[in-house]
Amino acid sequence: MSNEAVLHDNHSHEHAHHDTFITKYVFSQDHKMIAKQFLITGMIWAVLGGFMSVLFRLQLGYPDSSFPWMEDLLGKWAKGGHITPEAYYALVTTHGTVLVFFVLTAGLSGTFANFLIPLQIGARDMASPFMNMLSYWFFFAASIIMMSSFFVQTGPFSGGWTAYPPLSALGDASPGSKSGMDLWIISMALFVVSSLLGGLNYIATILNMRTKGMSMTRLPLTIWALFFTAVLGVLSFPVLLSGFILLIFDRNFGTSFYLSDIFVNGVGALPNEGGSAILFQHLFWFLGHPEVYIILLPAMGMVSEILSVNSRKPIFGYMAMIGSLFAIAILAFLVWAHHMFVTGLNPFLGSVFVLLTLLIAVPSAIKVFNWLTTLWRGNIRFTPGMLFAIGFVSLFISGGLTGIWLGNSALDIHLHDTYFVVAHFHIVMGVASMFGMFAGIYHWFPKMYGKYLNNTLGYIHFWVTIAGAYMIFWPMHYEGLAGMPRRYYDFSIWESFKQFQDLNRFISVVSIMVFAVQLLFLFNFFYSIFKGRKVTTLNPWKSNTLEWTTPINPGHGNWVGEIPEVYRWPYDYGKDGVDFTPQTTPVGEEESQH
Amino acid sequence: MSTTTTATTTNLWGGGKSPFNVEYGKLMMWYFLMSDAFTFGAFLISYGTIRFSTNGWPDPNEVFRSFPFAAEGVHAPLVFVSVMTFILIISSVTMVLAVQAGQNMDKKAVVRNLILTIIGGIAFLSCQAWEWNHLFHEGAWWGRNPFMNADGTASSTNFTNYFFTITGFHGFHVFSGVIINIIMLIMTLADKFEQRGHYLMIEKAGLYWHFVDLVWVFVFTCFYLI
Repeated sequence: MSNEAVLHDNHSHEHAHHDTFITKYVFSQDHKMIAKQFLITGMIWAVLGGFMSVLFRLQLGYPDSSFPWMEDLLGKWAKGGHITPEAYYALVTTHGTVLVFFVLTAGLSGTFANFLIPLQIGARDMASPFMNMLSYWFFFAASIIMMSSFFVQTGPFSGGWTAYPPLSALGDASPGSKSGMDLWIISMALFVVSSLLGGLNYIATILNMRTKGMSMTRLPLTIWALFFTAVLGVLSFPVLLSGFILLIFDRNFGTSFYLSDIFVNGVGALPNEGGSAILFQHLFWFLGHPEVYIILLPAMGMVSEILSVNSRKPIFGYMAMIGSLFAIAILAFLVWAHHMFVTGLNPFLGSVFVLLTLLIAVPSAIKVFNWLTTLWRGNIRFTPGMLFAIGFVSLFISGGLTGIWLGNSALDIHLHDTYFVVAHFHIVMGVASMFGMFAGIYHWFPKMYGKYLNNTLGYIHFWVTIAGAYMIFWPMHYEGLAGMPRRYYDFSIWESFKQFQDLNRFISVVSIMVFAVQLLFLFNFFYSIFKGRKVTTLNPWKSNTLEWTTPINPGHGNWVGEIPEVYRWPYDYGKDGVDFTPQTTPVGEEESQH
Repeated sequence: MSTTTTATTTNLWGGGKSPFNVEYGKLMMWYFLMSDAFTFGAFLISYGTIRFSTNGWPDPNEVFRSFPFAAEGVHAPLVFVSVMTFILIISSVTMVLAVQAGQNMDKKAVVRNLILTIIGGIAFLSCQAWEWNHLFHEGAWWGRNPFMNADGTASSTNFTNYFFTITGFHGFHVFSGVIINIIMLIMTLADKFEQRGHYLMIEKAGLYWHFVDLVWVFVFTCFYLI
């Protein structure tokens, strides 16, 4: 009885062909269009967030110089061509918020979960296309509100992307804590709704809508990764929502959930008592740590797929890959307090969190070795997508190793809140996931737009970005080891940090170059949509997965006629001397077992 | 025998059908409820953290001892909240009956039980409104706590802060549930489900309603009993 609903839903999309401009490009319910909407909104945010980092890198690299053009651009926030401390903090905060949530969560999961799940499991669309559309529009509303916070008189929120009270809870704490923070919370609440609607849809689609023969162990690893990502999001974002609701009450209704014994200069002692600022940190990091994996897992999944396709070899240890994704997803919920080692946490509790944190190294190492063994003696095609996938593995190793340092509560006393932390999370989560995203875009662009991206520009993009990423973040480890704190406006007044002035300038110059290369990528992206080389074969990468059995420019409903049936796992590359055997090929009688 | 079982399991997860034999909407409702459980869990754990790191807490038997229309000075500790809880649990029973009637395609019984459920929900919300109003007139509100700790010392405002926030958030859920049930009632009366040939929407609304009741059991325990 209940399955009829599923089947009915499958067929109803086939007949919806009366699309107007509004229903096709704006309020579209086609998962592929929604994916593109997420991608392009994410790109706009990436450019804005990246540009913010250029602005504050200029301050860090050239604290004594003035840039008149900055005053033209930012007005009172850059008086005399010199960015003000308030603006600096606002930029750092918004850079973090935007990149973590809007680019690497919505832009990454939103794009690739929407695009790949129905195509790779063999479904006509998401379980609920309508909710899927709502998910994008909630994200859009969140984006608009976040953007509007740049234009309020007191500026956007400036208390760090983690929004710790009391800076986030007291309007008087800093200029950005006033209406900028109100807009920030509203925007984030809408974002939570968007991610919940998306996540529920992804899980239900993966479990319910797989085509005939597509058992769970025949799913491409991208789908497994997106599945765990959605589970993490659905279970961790609500806790952040609770934290935010309590924060709203603290801000507006005179409660003391997070506040106790506070004296504000010029205002006096506040009446709040009995609350705990640490409570917010617990609620925040209960989301915040799974969030790291919400960002990382989709990249891992796509990288697994792209490495296998372009090495012309089966992925090494398919079940181990699923198992390690599962282990990471479980551990993601059990390690949040390693962000709070120096909050006065009970040292015994700290040691428990150290153990659990270091345990993540095990599934992570399994994944890394499986990627390396997939590459090993492969027939590697160095497409730009493949290069970015290999770059992801490199960055994940480099950034993951410093995670073992930071996960140690004793070392963390020295390293917390220094540039060592900045370097660690930018490499392992920020840049690495960016690389996963780029790999995905280069690899699936032919399916998205029916065109190829320009390879030469792709190679330039890759080499400058990977070299630049290491040149920016590698030196930060040394600065952090020397105790240079993060989030500071100006280091030139400390004798001990003057030695890093040249290094800071070097980092700033490289970051501007890397930013410029991303603009080159954007040019490549938009130019290729219209003028790129046309895709002429159904399966340009000679890949096994289902998305390449659809027409070059699939319509709403993806497959013309019946959805193909699946007979095998997606990684039969080079089996029995055959280069590749798509999932839709029935198992032959003579075929060997794997 | 065992081979048959294996074959069935493989088929269930083999694609082309729902492994749990449910349509996606019901699945999504379950996942949403899991998510919502985490929201309430975070609230209640926050409450517990603050409460047990605070010296002393008001005695619920002292705070919640009023009853509507009772004479001044009549103390009826926890009687009113027991009535509220009873109403909500009875409304869950009528919801079950509505779901079952839906499975039997018995439109009349669906309508009757949905109306009873809606009345139960509205009655609960009215009781809560009375209680909030009463507490407000005793001087309690967000940021204000007129009650003393059980040991007679001054009490933290977090008692009222958490009480109003969490029961309010739960009340908001009940309110949403009443709205959903009213929509279900209108759809039933408009023969929507008869046309579809199934009352699955009622089942989903029922899941939500039971969840809200279940949450109340925890909220009730945490604020009134402990």
